[in-house]
Amino acid sequence: MGDIVAMLGHGFMQRALAGGIAIGIVASFLGAFVVQRRLGYLAGGLSHAAFGGVALGILLGVAPLAVALPFTIAIAVAIHAVQDRSPISSDSAIGVFFSVSMALGIVFLALTPRYSADAFAFLFGSILSVSAWDVAAAWALLIASVASMPLWGRWAMATFDAELARADGHPTRRHDLLLFVFLAVVIVISIKIVGMVLAGAFTVIPAAAARLGCVRFSSMTMLSVAIGVASVVLGLCGSVAFNLPSGATIILVQAVIFLVMLTVRPRGT
Amino acid sequence: MTVPGFEVENLTVEYGRFTALAGVELSVPAGAFLAVLGPNGAGKSTLVKAALGLVPVVSGAIRFRGLSRAALGPSRIGYVPQAKTLDRSFPALAIEVVASGITRRWPFRLTSKQRASAMALLGRVGMADVATRPISRLSGGQLQRVFLARGLAGDPEFVLLDEPATGVDTPAEEDLYRILLEYREARGATVVMVTHDWEVARRHADLAVLLNRIQVGFGPPADVLTPERLRAAYRHAGHALPEAGAHG
Repeated sequence: MGDIVAMLGHGFMQRALAGGIAIGIVASFLGAFVVQRRLGYLAGGLSHAAFGGVALGILLGVAPLAVALPFTIAIAVAIHAVQDRSPISSDSAIGVFFSVSMALGIVFLALTPRYSADAFAFLFGSILSVSAWDVAAAWALLIASVASMPLWGRWAMATFDAELARADGHPTRRHDLLLFVFLAVVIVISIKIVGMVLAGAFTVIPAAAARLGCVRFSSMTMLSVAIGVASVVLGLCGSVAFNLPSGATIILVQAVIFLVMLTVRPRGT
Repeated sequence: MTVPGFEVENLTVEYGRFTALAGVELSVPAGAFLAVLGPNGAGKSTLVKAALGLVPVVSGAIRFRGLSRAALGPSRIGYVPQAKTLDRSFPALAIEVVASGITRRWPFRLTSKQRASAMALLGRVGMADVATRPISRLSGGQLQRVFLARGLAGDPEFVLLDEPATGVDTPAEEDLYRILLEYREARGATVVMVTHDWEVARRHADLAVLLNRIQVGFGPPADVLTPERLRAAYRHAGHALPEAGAHG
């Protein structure tokens, strides 16, 4: 306990908590849609696809996430276009794009003349690497998601039934694309803390746990956000206390909450 | 002069290279009940979905009271889908489903006014007692009635239904038609309903259209649902033709 209190005095821990809480809110807010639309594979695919962008940034010697952001958004747009306009199923489209991005990432790293320890920090997450810019980006994302709240009812309508939403006059294709892009941005910004390997799970597990305890989508969204924030705080503290990687610790905390919800879930959910 | 209600003009719908419907032409007066019949794959649901702007129309036009759907406004059209196609794993209460028809978006929380309106609609279809029940715990028939209540939200001028009696037992089915006919009577609404059931069309509809990717017949049910026309509609569909008068 004393370790954690002492650690809270350090700038890196304050930045990790400030950024992590903002990302935890946004990722688990979006996670409610990811889970109900069965987009877990997309979330995992985009987090792996980000590797190509990160590696390109390392090769070019520029900020990896500055390259990973447009790179991952482009992959999300491409997956949406292929699944929307071709007979290819969404999981095949995701599989193709994320494999190619991973392959490109490996090639980019192989072409990098110097060894880079950065790649491992991006793969598994490191609270030591969270900068003031990362915190600012996380809070900008949180503000953007609060501003997008009027879209919640439309996204939720389309999540319940896309056809009914279209019959009601909602432009569901445009909204879906926006959701995909939003997911890509959340995943890239969460990479510093949870790492690319686990960034996808970061959006899925809190919402999946929340689904087990709720019979209303609005309650599921709110509980998902609460679980997301709690897991970031507990995970970061656990990571410091036990000297464990931050991303893995956060995901393990989420997994424990998921298991508890699975065990004690109310009847009818 | 008859006031135009639901009009279809030389409609063709294609899915890629597959022509789902071609040359459909009909006019239903305002306040009338049209039954859409035909074998599986005949394009019955496609006609309703084309009217709702859910499938690409290659040529032709569909008009509501002489207006396009966009000009009329989607809120003037109530849609009752087949409940069996819906994802029941979505966490929702029956009252929220109905409220989403009032607000045309999913409600984060219900205002007291929305709650009262949704309860009145659920009461109209006899489902007030399941208002706070999750949809995963409703029977097929109960869910279909909840969707009927949603379709009637906002007092629409047009009600489009896609096989609303699927999964509903006979007494509940008759109740469903009674509610629909009462609404039509009270509101003067035009009803377009896809059904497999010829008897329902004979008993309740003013007009019937028989499809098999083309329009086989259109007019009063007694004139359309003749053995010759039914044979023509079902001949190419790989169906054994049921006895005329039996459920289709």
